Formats: sequence, C-alpha cells, structure tokens
Amino acid sequence: MNPEAPDLRVRGFAGSIDSPNPFWLASAPPTNTGEMIMRAFDAGWGGAVWKTIGEPITNVSSRYSSVDWNGQRVMGLNNIELISDRSIEVNLREMREVKRRYPQHAVIASLMVASRRETWHDIVMRSEDAGADGLELNFGCPHGMSERGMGSAVGQVPEYAQMITEWVKEKARTPVLVKLTPNITDIRTVARAARRGGADGLSAINTINSITGIDLDTLTPRPRVDGQSSHGGYCGPAVKPIALNMVQQVMADPEAALPLSGIGGVGTWRDAAEFFLLGCGTVQVCTAVMHYGYRIVEDMIEGLENWMRSKHFETLDDFRGLSLERVTDWKHLNLNYKIVARIDEQKCIGCDLCHIACWDGAHQCIHLDRVTGPVDGHVELHATPGELEARSRSAITNTPVTRRERAQKIANHGPYPTPLARIPRVDETECVGCNLCSLVCPVDECITMVRVDTGVPSESWDERTRGAACVTDPHQV
Amino acid sequence: MTIAAVTDDPQIRERFREIHPPLAPQAAVVESHRCLNCFDAPCTAACPTHIDVPGFIKRIASGNVRGAARRILDANVLGGSCARACPVEVLCEGACVMHRYNREPIQIALLQRHAMDFFHGSGEDLLLAAPRPRRLRVACIGAGPASLACAAELRRHGASVTIVDRRALPGGLNTYGVAEYKLRAAESLREADLIRRMGVEFRFGVTIDNAEALEKLESEFNAIFLGVGLGAMQRLGIPGEDHEAVMNALELISSYKTGRLRSIEGAVVVVGGGNTAIDAANAARRLGADPVYILYRRGESDMAAFNFEYEHARQEGVQFLWRRMPLAIRPDAHARLQLDTVQVQQVGVTLVQVPDSQFAISCNMVVPAIGQSPLTSLLKQFRHVDVREGRLVADPATGRTGNPRYYAGGDCVNGGREVVDAVADGKRAALAILAQAEADHES
Repeated sequence: MNPEAPDLRVRGFAGSIDSPNPFWLASAPPTNTGEMIMRAFDAGWGGAVWKTIGEPITNVSSRYSSVDWNGQRVMGLNNIELISDRSIEVNLREMREVKRRYPQHAVIASLMVASRRETWHDIVMRSEDAGADGLELNFGCPHGMSERGMGSAVGQVPEYAQMITEWVKEKARTPVLVKLTPNITDIRTVARAARRGGADGLSAINTINSITGIDLDTLTPRPRVDGQSSHGGYCGPAVKPIALNMVQQVMADPEAALPLSGIGGVGTWRDAAEFFLLGCGTVQVCTAVMHYGYRIVEDMIEGLENWMRSKHFETLDDFRGLSLERVTDWKHLNLNYKIVARIDEQKCIGCDLCHIACWDGAHQCIHLDRVTGPVDGHVELHATPGELEARSRSAITNTPVTRRERAQKIANHGPYPTPLARIPRVDETECVGCNLCSLVCPVDECITMVRVDTGVPSESWDERTRGAACVTDPHQV
Repeated sequence: MTIAAVTDDPQIRERFREIHPPLAPQAAVVESHRCLNCFDAPCTAACPTHIDVPGFIKRIASGNVRGAARRILDANVLGGSCARACPVEVLCEGACVMHRYNREPIQIALLQRHAMDFFHGSGEDLLLAAPRPRRLRVACIGAGPASLACAAELRRHGASVTIVDRRALPGGLNTYGVAEYKLRAAESLREADLIRRMGVEFRFGVTIDNAEALEKLESEFNAIFLGVGLGAMQRLGIPGEDHEAVMNALELISSYKTGRLRSIEGAVVVVGGGNTAIDAANAARRLGADPVYILYRRGESDMAAFNFEYEHARQEGVQFLWRRMPLAIRPDAHARLQLDTVQVQQVGVTLVQVPDSQFAISCNMVVPAIGQSPLTSLLKQFRHVDVREGRLVADPATGRTGNPRYYAGGDCVNGGREVVDAVADGKRAALAILAQAEADHES
C-alpha cells in the first residue's frame, strides 16, 4: 500500500478551477457571508459556492421545515428562503477579501439576475473582477424566484437556459457551471441545452419541490408563515437517491455530460464517493452543515482518504466514473442469474422481521417451522403469520419465580444463541431472491444472498425478445 | 361503594422515592423508536397476559399514546401496576431480542408506565359504551389482582360483578404488599377505581369464611371466582416469637404503606431469602433502621429472590448472614431483643446445626419473612373444590375447579407468583365463566 496520503486535490475542474479537496459548500445559508466562508475554509472545506448573488430580496419567517424519521431529525430539509438578502456590492467586496486571504481555495459566484443580456453581462464581469474562480448560474431555485421568471423558471425551459448560458459565455473568462433543477421530466434536456450554450460544467441537483408536512393541530403545512405556507425546496439525506439517479442520467448521456459538481444529500465521505463513482469531479454540501456545522468536513476528508488507501486509489481521477458502466437498462440484465436468502443461525437474534416481510411484502417463502427436541406426531408447516401469533397468544405463560424454573428456561434453549423455533427457515425452492429479507434484517451479514447455479447460460430480456422477433418478423422470412 | 384514599405521607413519599422514575415524554418517544417491532414478539409471548408490546410501543412512537394505553388495557387491566411491580428482567425485557443484538433491552416497563400514566391521568373510562347486559351475575371473593382482572373482563362482556373483600381497600397485595418505591398504594387504588367505574360493585369489610356466607353468595350469584390469595405469613416456630417487637414482613410493609408505621430505629433482622424478605429489609432501611440484616438458612446462590432484588438490597445497605438459623427471641434488660442464631450446614437434604456456632444478635425488631401460609381452613369451606398441598386445584386454561360454579386463580392456585400471573388467571377464568354461561343459556 502506498504510504503517502492519497491526493485529494482538484485540478482544472471545468477547465481551470483548483481546490485543495473536492468538498465544496453549496450555494446556501452556510455560504452567506465572507466571514462564514473563511471559517469554513479554516475547518477544511476545499471550496464554496457563494449564496446566490443578485438584486437583494426580502425573506419571510419561518423559512425551513424538515422531515424526521423514527426519531432521527432532519432526514429531509425544506426551505423557502430566497437568494442573498445582501447587496451585490457587499457580497462582491467580501468575495474579494476571501480570495485575497484564501487564494488556493475555490470561490464560485452563484448568480441569478433578471433575464436581460446586459444585466447578466454586468454581474458576470463584476463577479470575475471580485476574484471569483468560476460562475454558477442558478437555474434551479424552485420557490419564490421562479415566480419572478428566474431560477427554475429558466431551468425548466431548455431554450431559456441555453440563451442565458450563451449571454454569460459572451463575457465570462472563468468556467461557467449551470446548476440544474430536478423539477423537470428529463433533466438531460436542460443539461444538453447548457452544453449547447457553451457551459463548462454542471451542478446537480438543486432542491426538489416539496410540501414537507402538515401541522395536525393547526392544519397548516410547514413551514408556516402567518397561517400560510408555500411549496419549498427539499434536500438532505432523503434526496440522495434521486440526485444519484439524475447525475447518472446526465453523465451517461454523451450530449449532456460535462464536468459535474454533485449535489443532493451528501453528508459523509461515503455519499461523496458515490457521486464521484458516477462521474462527479466535486461535491457540494449544504444540509449536513446546516445540521452539524462545518466540522463534518474533517471526517469527510479522512474517511475518503482511508477508503482510497484501502482501494489503492491515489487520486480522485483513479476512481471517478467507475460505476457508470455498471448501470445499464433493465433489458440487458441477466434473467438467469439466481440468488437465494441464507440465514446465519449463529447471528439470528429471532426478531423474525424477515418472516413477516416475506409473507406480507414478498413471496411467502420464509417460515417459522423449525422444531426443537423430539417431534411427536404431525408438524404443522407453513402456518400463516396470523396462526403463529394466535398460537403464542393463547399459550399459558407463567413467571419463572423459582431458581429451578429460571434454569429450565435457559436449558431448553437449543444450539444457537436464539431459540431454534424463532430462527426462520428459507424455502430456497420458492425464494425469488428479491433481497427484501436481508434489507429488513437488523443484523449485519445475518441474511446473505447466495448465488445458486442454475446451469442456464446468461440471457437478457433484450436477447430473448430479439430472438423471438427474428422468428416472427415477416421481413426475415 | 366508593374507594377510600390512602393518606399521602410526605415523609414516606420522600423515603420511598421511586427506584424507576418515569420517562420524560420525549425520552419515551426516543426509546420507543429503538424497538425493532419483532414479529410474534418474544416479549409478548413472555408476558403471562400477552400484552401486545411492540403494538403499544409503536403507538407511543407515532404519538398515539391513548391508543397505546388501550392496547395494554385490552390485555391487562392492571397494566399500570404491572409496569411497576413486574420482574420484567425474567419476563418481557428478559425476552427482548436486543440482548442478542449486544444492546440493552427495550425499557418496556417504563414505556408501559408512560402510556398507563397518560391514561389514568386523563381520567378516561375504560368502557366507552355500556356493554350488552347479560343475566350472568358473578361474585369475586378477594379484591386482589386476580379478582380485579376477572371482574373487568366480565364487565366488558356485560356480566354483573360484585367483589367482596375483608379489608377496607381493594387491590390486595398491590395495595398492601408491594414496596412503595415500586408501586404506591394510591396508584393501585387508581386502577381499582377504573374497574369500579366500569360498573363493578365492591363490598368491603365482608368476611366469607363459613358455609352460611357461601350459601348466601351461591343464592345470589351464578358463579363465584375465588381470588382469595394466601394467608398470614408463616411463623418461625421459635420461642419468644409473640413479642410485640416481632412484626412479619407483610405486616411491616402494609403498615408503612397505610401510614401506621413511619420510622424504625435501631437494628432489624429479617429472616428469609425471598423477594418479600428483600422488600421488608429495604423498607426497614428506608424507615431509618441501621443496621439491617437478612438472616438466611442457605447460601447466596440458593435465595429465591431475583438477582436484581438481591443486588438492590445490597445497594440499600442490607447485610446478609448466610447459613444461619434463628433459635429463640429474648427481650433483654435494655428493652431490646436478643435473637439467638446458629450456623447450619446442609447434609443430604437436611440442615444440621454446626456445634459451637451460636451467637445472639442484639436488635430492636425481628421480621419473619419465610413465606405466606395457605388459607387452609378457608379453602376447606369451598364444597367440591379440591385442595392439594394448600393450593386450590383449578384448570390452568379456564380456572375451573371441581365445583362447576366455582372458578379460582392467583396466589391461592399457583402458591404465590406475580401480579401479572394473577391477572392472567383472572382473565382466563372470566372468559371461561362467560363461555359456560353461553353454553348454559344464562347469558
């Protein structure tokens, strides 16, 4: 193994953007001021996309709402905050100061102005004069600004996105990134338009239109502004799968693919590695920082380094995009690949969640019919979950009050940590290999999916139906 | 008849602070989310009343605390006292799969208490609508947990129920016998009052101990449930036992729980090795006694007390004298007692005194705690109800006795188990009484 620390530096992203590492702060509240961004750089962040600069707005309160799940806070975060509420002059003056003091870090100006050529020309030149290393065109903001013809109102119409990108490119000397909205049927249409307009890179995804929930006392959706609410932009851990899907769609499309800064639910180095494996050159983070502060970047850097070491990757380019080729259309998947669930009796804790998941959510092939001790007579196989529960609820149970009673309970336990009667059995002939049981099992590696050799050669649906088409196609006869 | 209140004594309340304080509402939600929601959950199977544990826990998690409470009460009308008094280490929490997940079990007892406190605090009644009335009339003898559970189940199905008890308060050992730091008498009475509000009639201060009284009940009721419990504590059978400073464990516990005993000074010796001996010794400590000894004729590993009870007593500062037996109790010149004791060792199945091992312990009080004796003379009064080794013989699944009109459950049948076992017995007997009434067209 290479004793040197892996090289996390980003070189020439989208043409010419450098940063000490690929972890950038997304354009959002954590990048509201120069003071904040400098503290973030001190904490270890490699770059920052400035809170979107434009004509100052007035915000409402409150601005955020979240979705908690099973006691965990902020599985998803929603906001109705607009772009910067500070003047263009103040933002750019602070940007100049940040670049002067942190010349090695990436400072990207996120921009959103009215859709006029001269207005865009003006803001581009002023931002670059302030020292911005690149420009990010905010075509994604889904709330408020879109009602004024900006943000996602631009990002949802490929022609507008292309036109404004072209205006920007007429003046820009630094790389131009277009930030894409996911609130569109096919994100590739706008990605292609940005590329046609001359964009040097893309950022994806912006927040997703959402109503996070409704207060069941007041009947008002959240966030609440004087008794009313409005749709907002959803982000955080909940949106990562949607973001990864859209990143893959863009990066797998030759007409759309550009250097991409991945956004959407990145909170740990693992999330980041996944975005890099789908082709991203950097990632941008917001919600996790809003939840825990800038210091989370420490583990993101260390964790990514340690994983790269274990995989013998020396630079980010060594693994960027490696998972792209492993995503294909369903029609190319091997129909003859068979796996079945195996339960490790030593690890099973007897929660039997796999049993009820298989019966009520899958294919009724995990049974609770193992028996301990000598069998006297007929053993009931394939009892339904309802029958099993009725059986135990009609049983007579006593508190083991004496030492002997308590000792007997332990003695009748069987060979595994869990009583045998509670360790489920997989009927492998019926198991379809769907994987649900291993997903609901709380114990790591307790249920594994094991390949079964079917003896049948690989065949995809595409191959199978193409063969059929050959026979039935009249032109072939 | 309404239910009297017990006096709330600030000194007792202070000295008998709860050993398991309630969960704060948010802590209950956090804890409820830890529950894996097992299928056919082992905790439910381990509970004699088969409370749907994951069912009520996930209702707490979703914010449906009222639903959680009603789910508990469906299975166990004394869910509040069981949450406090059950030895959950050998029941639901002992069965939790989390033990094998290398983590602490779910705090089922505290979650159950959370839901039950919410319900009792709301003052809501259990029966939201009057059940379809039946002609069936049942008497329950004894107002302890078995009878209360039997009565509640019968009322749910519309039967008329009357509970008679010789004491002034309902609840049996729940009111008079469970350590106050686990279950306060007021909380036991709160549950009994819920059952009273279901329409169960209570007759207090009524002793049923002769054929005439039984015949009167038989003429008034279709069926009789015997939830009479056990009798007085067994005597040590040694000289000097009738001295006024000798007070048995249940008497000591009921005295401080009902405000008749507020403090103890000096040294106390508790004789016995069961959970009641532990409760009495801890109570003596909290009432001010110092030192407090438990004198037990066998060794540490032979104690009938649960391990967690033994550990608790050690934490309370109770000292243990193993393999030692009392011989006599003598008053001395300083108005104290001398308890003569001797070392014993086990030879075969008998305990033999060790020569020259006698010594006397100076103390202010001796507390016998060697178990309750059966109500032998009372049990003989029930015609055609078999008694074996001091216990009523009843079918475990139905509580039926040899007399088709008599059912029985709780300590008088099982010889002395937990509150939750008595509740399960009472509930099963009620369902059997109802089924029999249907069969007899008495419903």
